[in-house]
Amino acid sequence: MKWIAAALLAALLVLLPFFAGDFYINLASQILIAAIFALSLNLLVGYGGMTSLGHASYLGVAAYISALLTSRYGWGHGPAAVISISGTTAMAAFFGVIALRATGLGFLMITLALSQVLWGLAYRMSNVTNGDNGIAGLTRPMPFGISLDSAASFYWFALVVTLVGFLMMTIFASSAFGSSLKGVRDQPRRMAALGFNPWMIRWITFIYAGFWGGTSGLLYVYYNKYIHPTSLSTTSSAEALLGVIAGGSGTLSGPVVGAALVLLLKNYASAYIERWNMLLGLVFLFIVLVMPTGIVPGLRKLATGLCRGSR
Amino acid sequence: MQFWIIQGLNSLSLGGLLFLLSSGFSLIFGLMRLANLTHGAFFMLGTYFGATALRSYDGLNIWVTALGAGIAVAAIGGLFERLVLTRLKTNPLGQVLVTLGMSFIISDACLLLWGGDSIPVPTPQNLQSPTRVLGFVFPTYRLVLVGCAVGAAIVLYFLLERTRLGAMIRAGVDDRQMARAVGIPVSNLFTLVFCLGAGIAGAGGVLGGPILSAYPGLDADMLPLALIVVILGGIGSLLGAFIGSFIIGFIYTYGTALFPELAYIILFLPMIFVIAFRPQGLFGRVGA
Repeated sequence: MKWIAAALLAALLVLLPFFAGDFYINLASQILIAAIFALSLNLLVGYGGMTSLGHASYLGVAAYISALLTSRYGWGHGPAAVISISGTTAMAAFFGVIALRATGLGFLMITLALSQVLWGLAYRMSNVTNGDNGIAGLTRPMPFGISLDSAASFYWFALVVTLVGFLMMTIFASSAFGSSLKGVRDQPRRMAALGFNPWMIRWITFIYAGFWGGTSGLLYVYYNKYIHPTSLSTTSSAEALLGVIAGGSGTLSGPVVGAALVLLLKNYASAYIERWNMLLGLVFLFIVLVMPTGIVPGLRKLATGLCRGSR
Repeated sequence: MQFWIIQGLNSLSLGGLLFLLSSGFSLIFGLMRLANLTHGAFFMLGTYFGATALRSYDGLNIWVTALGAGIAVAAIGGLFERLVLTRLKTNPLGQVLVTLGMSFIISDACLLLWGGDSIPVPTPQNLQSPTRVLGFVFPTYRLVLVGCAVGAAIVLYFLLERTRLGAMIRAGVDDRQMARAVGIPVSNLFTLVFCLGAGIAGAGGVLGGPILSAYPGLDADMLPLALIVVILGGIGSLLGAFIGSFIIGFIYTYGTALFPELAYIILFLPMIFVIAFRPQGLFGRVGA
C-alpha cells in the first residue's frame, strides 16, 4: 500500500510537465526549491533542536556567489557552482562555531544577528552586490549541454536535485549519526556522559544543513535568474521556519508539505492582496497557537484515530 | 578633530537610543526567558506615533509625546502578552515564533498606515540651536538624548535594586519557581515587565525620531543592533545593556563614518570575540 502510493507520487512528479501548463510547472519548481530549503532547516530545527532564524543566509550567500561569479567575472556555471557551494559550506562551518557557543534562545538570537549582518551587507555593499537593485540578467546552467531554459526542463532538473537532497537528508536523519543527533537534542548531558561529543554532533549537522541550504540557493538563483537582498532577509528565514513548523518539524515529509503550503499561500495571496508580511505573521500566530505540532503529525494522529474507529 | 568629537557625540546618542531599546529587551529576556523579536517593531511603532503627533500638533512637547507613545506601545505590548504569550507558557519556541509573527504584523501595518516614504520627525524648537562647549559646536538635541538615556538607566537601576517591585523582579529572574512559592505573583510581573520593556522601547522610538526619522524597515535596522548589544553585554543584565549599547554605538557610528561599506562586518566582530571568550556576555551570569 505504502509502496503503491510512493510509486504513484513518483509517477505524478515525473510526468507533471506533460499535463500541466507552464505556470503550474514553474510553481512546482518553486515548491521543490522551497522544499529542499525547508528540509535542510528541518535538520537543525526538527532533528537537532536548534532553532535557527538565519537559515536564509545560506540560500542567499550561495545565490550571490554564483550570481557574482557568473555575471561579473565571467566564470562558467560548473566552477561557479562548486565555489558557491563550498564557500557557503565553509561559511556554515564558521557561523556554526560562533552560534553553537550558545543553545536554545541564545542560538536563535545569534543566527538571527548573523543573518541580519549579511542582509545589511547585501544592501549596503552596493558596488559589489548592486544593493537594492539586485543582480539581474543571470543565466541558467547547461548541464551536459541540455538547456534548462524551458519550464519543463528546469522542473526535471530541480526534481532530480530535490530527490537526491531528500534521500541524502533522509539517510542522514535515519542513520546512526541521526540517532545520536536526536539524542543530543533530547538529552545532551546523558549523551555527553555516554561519550558522545554533543558540540561536534551539532556542528556537523549545522554544516550539513548549510550545504543543502546552499544547494537550494543555487537552484533559487537559477530559477529566478535574479537575486535581491530580500532573499537574505528575516522574512525569508521565517517563511522557511514557518514551513518546517507548519508541516511538522522532525518529520521527513512535514517540511515538504509545509514549504509547499507556505509557497502556495504566498503565490495565491499576493495575487489578491499586497500584505504578504501581515498574512505571514497571522499564519505564524495561527499555527503556533492552534497547531503547534504541525500539519503532518496532526493528520497522522487523525488518520490513526479514524483507523481505530473503523475497526 | 571636530570630526572625531562630533562622531563621538553621535556615538553617544546612538548608544543612548540603543540602551532605551535593549534595556527592555534584556529585562524581558531575563525575567521571562523570552527573546522578544517584536521589540524592534515596538520601537518603530513609537517613532511613527511620535512623528504623527509632532507633525500634526505644532509645538507639542516631545517629552509628553514620548510618554504618551510609550504608554500606548506598552498597552499594545500588554495586550499581546496577556492574549497570546500567556497561552504559550510551556512552549518557549512558540513564544519566540509568535513574537516574530507579531513583528511582521506590526511592521506591515505601519507600512499600510503610514506609507513607504520616510517621515522626518521635527527636532523640538528649544533644542534646535547648537550648544558650544570648549569651542566645539554640538547639536543640543543629541546631548539631551544622552542625558535621557543615562537618566533612564539610573531610574531603572533604582527600580530594580531599591524597590520592592524590583526585588520581586530580581527574585523572578533568579528562580521563577521559588519566587512563585513564596507568593510573588510572577504572571503579573511578566505582564508588567513586558509592558515596561515595550513602553521604554516606544518612548525611545519617539526620542530617536528626530535623529533616525520614521521609515519602513526601521525595526529591521534596530532589532539586530539590540540583539548584538544584548549578546555582547550579557542577557538579562542592565549594566551589560548599558555598557554594550555605548560600545555598539561607538563601533557602529565610527564604522559607518570611516568604512561605510564594512560597518556591518565591524559591528559583529566584537560580538564574535565576546562569544568566543565569554559566551555569557560581558556582564552576564553563567547559564543565562
